[in-house]
Amino acid sequence: MTIVRAQRVMVFPTRVTLVAASNPCPCGMGETACRCSAADLARHQRRLSGPLLDRIDVSVTVGRPSGTALRNQAAPPSACVRERIVVARERQTARLAQHGLTCNAQLGARLLRELSGATPEAHRALYALHDRSRLSARGHGRILRVARTLADLAASDAVRPDHILQAAALRLDDQSLSLAG
Amino acid sequence: MSAEACDDCLRRTALIAALAPWLDVEWRRRSAPSGVLSLPDEALVALDRSGRVARAHAAFAPSRARARAARAGLAAICRCAPDYPERLRELDDPPAVLHIAGRAAALERADAVAIVGARRGTAYGLEVARSLGRGLSAAGVPVLSGMAMGVDSAAHMGVVEQAAAPAPVAVLAGGADIAYPASRRRLHVQLIERGCVVSELPPGFAGFRWCFVARNRLIAGLAALTVVVEATERSGSLTTTDFATQLGRPVLAVPGPVTSRFSAGTNMLLAAGAGVVRDTRDVLEQLLGPSAPPRAVAPPAVPIEPRLRRLLDAIERGHGSLAELTSDPGATRQVLLDLTDLELRGLVRREFGGRYVRALDELCPRVLP
Repeated sequence: MTIVRAQRVMVFPTRVTLVAASNPCPCGMGETACRCSAADLARHQRRLSGPLLDRIDVSVTVGRPSGTALRNQAAPPSACVRERIVVARERQTARLAQHGLTCNAQLGARLLRELSGATPEAHRALYALHDRSRLSARGHGRILRVARTLADLAASDAVRPDHILQAAALRLDDQSLSLAG
Repeated sequence: MSAEACDDCLRRTALIAALAPWLDVEWRRRSAPSGVLSLPDEALVALDRSGRVARAHAAFAPSRARARAARAGLAAICRCAPDYPERLRELDDPPAVLHIAGRAAALERADAVAIVGARRGTAYGLEVARSLGRGLSAAGVPVLSGMAMGVDSAAHMGVVEQAAAPAPVAVLAGGADIAYPASRRRLHVQLIERGCVVSELPPGFAGFRWCFVARNRLIAGLAALTVVVEATERSGSLTTTDFATQLGRPVLAVPGPVTSRFSAGTNMLLAAGAGVVRDTRDVLEQLLGPSAPPRAVAPPAVPIEPRLRRLLDAIERGHGSLAELTSDPGATRQVLLDLTDLELRGLVRREFGGRYVRALDELCPRVLP
């Protein structure tokens, strides 16, 4: 990973998985109790630049859980989830071994296009989304890549329109109307 | 366009701009703030005891002011001109000069509707403002606002999104050539391209607090009626409704939850007798009376699968995050698909940060309950 800041270049000999968390506003008091002015919100949101948001593949909004939700913890144990991930990874390795790769993250743009297994309908869905959501080329590729992984998790060799739409729903949409107007 | 602004009017405008810091005090001191701007030049000059403003006033060069406006791409109409908007003459203190970027003809429409409201509101307020902007534009009614953050911008954006919308109008507190706030730069450009941006102050002027209130009297003055979409009890947008009422123009308001402080101002207006706005049609009825177009503006309502209906209901109740919409991890895939489906149908929208909110798009088919 290479970071360029203030005319200095730092190269970290690693691959990176970025996990980040943020409050939607500076006061962090929650939607009904938020006391931020429009200017506060604007300043806060400006810190998440377009190019940064464009690189974030999966975003989940988490609210305050109700008492009932806490009591009824329904999440499956990690061990179950791990099994599903291992199976999906094995599918990827089987597909990519001949190219010397092991997972979807390693696919370059050309190989991704070749090996995505996207049906014509999926391609059409992605192009329709491209214009509607004003995707960048990077965003277009990232949605395809996440869709490929979703298909793997669903034990599907083909990437279908469903997978594209799910991948799109997981991204942050900077076209949405922000509360700062 | 006809003759340029006359020397006297330009001189008065420069005087007011030079006195802006003093006017802040004067405005608050008087019980009827708009009385300040109806003072004649001599009285205004006297507000500055040092005499500096008086000297600048005497030495004012109209040709330089005209050149400055031209460089900033602004046309200037003064109140001596026949093409000065008639509606503004009803004010006690009509602006001496209107500096205009874009199409001055946009100011001549007698049926314009002002959409105003809080800078900081809720997704509901923004959604309704945008939808009204679109709906009124689709109905051929020009929309006026102040290009502030929040409701103003949402209304302008609704207009800009609508193909063949009548020319929008934005009235600014500072110079018409300056996009304020800076985040409105793109909208500013779009408004100049599609309609006009107006100010009573000279190019390059940075607005003081009183300028924002003063500008609201122009919004009220140029519009046939004013709609407030969302406002707290102390919102600045309520000054616009005060001005509208003084001018005898109708004030309409969009209701909001009684539990929400962001709608306390609009609900207060409704309690005091303002007309109710639930959709574009309500505004059109107030504007055009019995000759308002029939309700068949939007396509007929369509049925929707029960699963999607339940999701929509949950979002309407305020459960907008994925975590709230699916407690069962196994169902997440389908919920993600359904949310995108609803979004593509124009029934929900994503806020910054990914929460889903109910969208109001009167031009998209509604769903049967």
